[in-house]
Amino acid sequence: MSSLINPSPLQENASVSPESSPWRGFQTGTWTESIDVRDFIQRNYSPYTGGDSFLVGPSERTERLWETLKGLLAKEREAGGVLDADTKLVGRVASHGPGYIDKSLEQIVGVQTDAPLKRALLPYGGLRIAMKALQAHGREMDPETVQNFLAHRKTHNDGVFDGYTDDVRKARSAGIVTGLPDGYGRGRIIGDYRRVALYGVDRLIEDKKAQIAEGEKEQFSEDWIREREEMSDQIRALKDLKKMAKAYGFDISGPARNGKEAVQWTYFGYLGAVKEQNGAAMSFGRTATFFDIYFERDIAEGTLNEEAVQEIIDHLVMKMRIVRFIRTEDYDALFSGDPTWVTESIGGMGEDGRPLVTKSSFRVLHTLFNLGPAPEPNLTILWSEQLPQGFKDFCAKVSIETSSIQYENDDLMRPYWGDDYGIACCVSAMRIGKQMQFFGARANLAKALLYSINGGRDELSGEQITEPFEAFTGDYLEYDELMERFDKMMDWLAHTYVKALNIIHYMHDKYCPEHLMMALHDKVILRTLACGIAGLSVATDSLSAVKHAKVKVIRNEDGLVIDYAIEGDYPAYGNNDPKADTIATGLVERFMDKLRQQPTYRNAVPTQSVLTITSNVVYGKKTGNTPDGRKTGEPFAPGANPMHGRDRHGAVASMASVAKLPYEHSQDGISYTFSIVPKALGRTGEERIENLCELLDGYFREQGHHINVNVFERETLLDAVEHPEKYPQLTVRVSGYAVNFIRLTREQQMDVIERTFHSKF
Amino acid sequence: MSCLPIELPQPGDSSTPSLSTRGFIHSTETCGTVDGPGLRYVLFLHGCPLHCLYCHNPDTQGRPCGSTRTAGEALTEILRYRNFIRKGGLTVSGGEPLMQPAFVHALLAGAKAEGIHTALDTSGFLGSQASDELLSNVDLVLLDIKSWDPKTYKKATGTRIEPTIAFARRLEALQKPVWIRFVLVPGLTDADENIDGLAEFVSSLSNVERVEILPFHKMGENKYEAAGLPYQLALTPGASDDQVEHAREIFARYGIDAL
Repeated sequence: MSSLINPSPLQENASVSPESSPWRGFQTGTWTESIDVRDFIQRNYSPYTGGDSFLVGPSERTERLWETLKGLLAKEREAGGVLDADTKLVGRVASHGPGYIDKSLEQIVGVQTDAPLKRALLPYGGLRIAMKALQAHGREMDPETVQNFLAHRKTHNDGVFDGYTDDVRKARSAGIVTGLPDGYGRGRIIGDYRRVALYGVDRLIEDKKAQIAEGEKEQFSEDWIREREEMSDQIRALKDLKKMAKAYGFDISGPARNGKEAVQWTYFGYLGAVKEQNGAAMSFGRTATFFDIYFERDIAEGTLNEEAVQEIIDHLVMKMRIVRFIRTEDYDALFSGDPTWVTESIGGMGEDGRPLVTKSSFRVLHTLFNLGPAPEPNLTILWSEQLPQGFKDFCAKVSIETSSIQYENDDLMRPYWGDDYGIACCVSAMRIGKQMQFFGARANLAKALLYSINGGRDELSGEQITEPFEAFTGDYLEYDELMERFDKMMDWLAHTYVKALNIIHYMHDKYCPEHLMMALHDKVILRTLACGIAGLSVATDSLSAVKHAKVKVIRNEDGLVIDYAIEGDYPAYGNNDPKADTIATGLVERFMDKLRQQPTYRNAVPTQSVLTITSNVVYGKKTGNTPDGRKTGEPFAPGANPMHGRDRHGAVASMASVAKLPYEHSQDGISYTFSIVPKALGRTGEERIENLCELLDGYFREQGHHINVNVFERETLLDAVEHPEKYPQLTVRVSGYAVNFIRLTREQQMDVIERTFHSKF
Repeated sequence: MSCLPIELPQPGDSSTPSLSTRGFIHSTETCGTVDGPGLRYVLFLHGCPLHCLYCHNPDTQGRPCGSTRTAGEALTEILRYRNFIRKGGLTVSGGEPLMQPAFVHALLAGAKAEGIHTALDTSGFLGSQASDELLSNVDLVLLDIKSWDPKTYKKATGTRIEPTIAFARRLEALQKPVWIRFVLVPGLTDADENIDGLAEFVSSLSNVERVEILPFHKMGENKYEAAGLPYQLALTPGASDDQVEHAREIFARYGIDAL
């Protein structure tokens, strides 16, 4: 616990702060004594249980600013995706002077470099990769910057390849593990940006200093000295943050004094993070209800009205919509549509049973109407059956009209993570400011199954990837025998995969640390090692085919099994049929158990996700014929989705199958994408809202974890493929995030259209 | 594959429901949103005495055929969706469910006992097969009146309208909630007099909660191809928004706000 320092808003009589204090009118508590944003929220927020009728449209300033920004976004598209990029000045928290869209209109300020949509140069993840990313967009890195790095600075990517073992390299190039953060920022860390607003930066610096002082007398260990160094770096980052804000004309050393400042301070904290790091996912946290406390006070004091509050939120969201990083072609293929996962978590219930829904929860969602649909910020509803009906209805309405939001099961996650967690990236829950993860991309379970048949040789190249296992020599696959082989292959996979992740995160901490984000965390945090699997439905159906039908292997002249002939039918995952679904749940648990057995860097707790982002397409390309009848190159289903066309009992059966996947063994999240035509949701607008709420309630009662909801006509998407210019804002949810449809590759567009729709009615 | 050995509905007293009664099931839809209120589990039964030209499940026509399940098995399956259908319920559709009244009775009674809302989707042609006790286990009847003009009815369905009218009157006498459904097929059922007659009749019923005009669509066409059946409406266009609106206006003359 840190001591209070000046300027302190806290007076001797703790319950009453003077009118001039930033904390005037707030109920005091633990939060006044130590850094504890949750306590502040719990003591001061007002739940809102009504409907959406109080909301207001965009202000004139908002409309003008958004028009300007839309013009820039159109130019960005015309330029092939990147409007401008810094090629010389390396991005840091305070590296650039201020930048504006239109200074006279912006209520919330700050961009990543000195101009909007100009991407920062962030080579700490990997110099060569940063160069390649620039080249992919027709630019060259400044030779002097390149020389300086080569001469003086090792990067994360260099470190990783010093550490990688031969088996890791092979696994990586064969595509049995893919998307590893070994050449870009790992992301998936959420700084508690609210702390900047609530406490001001000086108090946070004092707190870190106190923590360093507390550890003075501890015995030497590598952990101890690493932490001391990290905390000192974090203090420097906080000082830089003040400098950055100063350049925009703000002194953020003290707490925010009103709602607009609270939003601006918080955003500055986030902005510092995205100036310093190009993490795959740079999420925002859980801020709406925090902001609402300030807005309520301002409204009570007569300094803000609804129009002004909405304007502030609209302007914040515009900033969240233009967070950008420059990426290589490979990266874009894996995570298409230029996502940044500026995830904001909204709603949920408090541990005391009060909904954490406030008017500002509505206001943030309302930006999708005021500014139109958009993929970012990645608005995520923490759904509970107990949420007020007015809020549920509004969420359903937003889904039906914009297809821009996703839902996660608060009733399922709250017992694990409390009531102040946020979602990082797509589906990863973490206690804000108290927990981080080592992002681990994913392993290809379907390919591992093929390896177990071919003794570790790759079915496409014929190359021996794993240590040699005995290959299957018979004609017909037999379930128990195959499971035995598969189990051993999973041992190998878990071992190789976690080894790679340990190397990656050791080097990331060393060469590409997130000083500012970690400055906005407690000293003692929980670290998870977030592993993942792709191809669950393919592996499940393949095993089901072997178990319930007859599967004959087909070999090439080299003796490699390259295809399968299925005799008879088999129950497929996605029909709420235990015969198939128990195979899926069994695989999730089995692989998780193997991950748990691995040693981890910094004693991180292994977790697992069933999530693919858009990499289901790439994974499919890299995987040969599978025993379920899927052909070489055919995409996997996204995330935890059943394979398209095999779910024959309607959407609810499909959801019920997915909901069975055990969160206990997949605590990094289980992603399901659901697309439906409006007519299939009900006859009238009201019925569609009601039915969507009921679908969500049902899915979450069944312990489903995450769901993306898309509601639109297939024809709209087909037209958008042909006439992208007509649909600049058309947004669709893919596995775990939303994307501007017209920025997907044609292949991925067709994947969305063909593989996720439920149109039966 | 086995079929019911008779052309007519199975005889026997439908007032003694047994969960071991077997039914011929065509298919299931777990995400039903347009067959009754809320989210519904829809069980489509095999067998139908009508031959509607626009039928979108032509393979259910004729006597019940195919795979069977007991009412108990079907119920167990339905209960697995309990968490989804709390505000909705179960709809038994077809085909014509009243081709298999004993099975339907047993299933509906079982569902009611579990507190599930029940709807019966029927043309009413076999209404006489539904005992009062069967109907006492039905919360809502979705009564599909295919047409009003007897000639049109005959042309569209191959059968008579009178049993349907009688059933509608009986449901009124029982004060059983009813949703009337009418499929608007351009060139077949869309004559003003036909709609007008239906609207007038419906307005005379005191138990109708809702009237739905279902615009004809061609989603069933490929099923005819697959089954090798001729599709007589191949040249008929789907009903347009204007045509639906016009039909609504006719209902409105009788004070009915049709959907």
